Amino acid sequence: MLATVTSIVMFGLALSMALCAYRLFRGPAVVDRLLAVDTISTNLLAFLIVLSIDQRTDVYLDSVIVLALLAFVATVAIAKALVWGRIID
Amino acid sequence: MTSGAEILASVLLLIGLAFTLLGSVGLVRFPDFYTRMHAPTKATTLGVSSMALAAVLVIPGGIVAVLMKALTIIAFLFLTAPIGAHMMARAARSGGIAPCEETRIDEMPTEPVGEDDGGHPAG
Repeated sequence: MLATVTSIVMFGLALSMALCAYRLFRGPAVVDRLLAVDTISTNLLAFLIVLSIDQRTDVYLDSVIVLALLAFVATVAIAKALVWGRIID
Repeated sequence: MTSGAEILASVLLLIGLAFTLLGSVGLVRFPDFYTRMHAPTKATTLGVSSMALAAVLVIPGGIVAVLMKALTIIAFLFLTAPIGAHMMARAARSGGIAPCEETRIDEMPTEPVGEDDGGHPAG
């Protein structure tokens, strides 16, 4: 049962990432694309968690923590670069 | 074969999928950037947290290790998602992106925030 559910959830997450990719290519402003990339990275975290459940191992959860940190730093850096034109004061 | 933990984990996974999909649908369908920002940064965070709780229920080998990893993921998402949303909203507003016509309350001054911020001069 759980294998079926993880397959369904993986398909749904792929669909969700496709919707984000639509906004990524369509988005009128740069911040729309930034928001789409941020959402794709959060969906990637969910995908790794589901993959970890599917394979019954917890090694992917460490990657999830590191990727969450990386996505947050990237989002804040790009947003700061959009406001002030530079990242490091 | 199918234990109670697996059923609960399946329900949590489907709840997380529903929230994540709703966040992405909102990202596509809302009219302007500020409303589009609400859907992914709130719904998707809750979806990933629900999936992390599902991972605690079914992954074998040390409930404490998996629980601590899942709680770390949840705490980190809950800390970083509002900060990222705030930074993106400030970037959008200082970049001159206007709210849509239905937005009534607009408390932020219209000049760019990068200009009059003493600690971070523009340029």
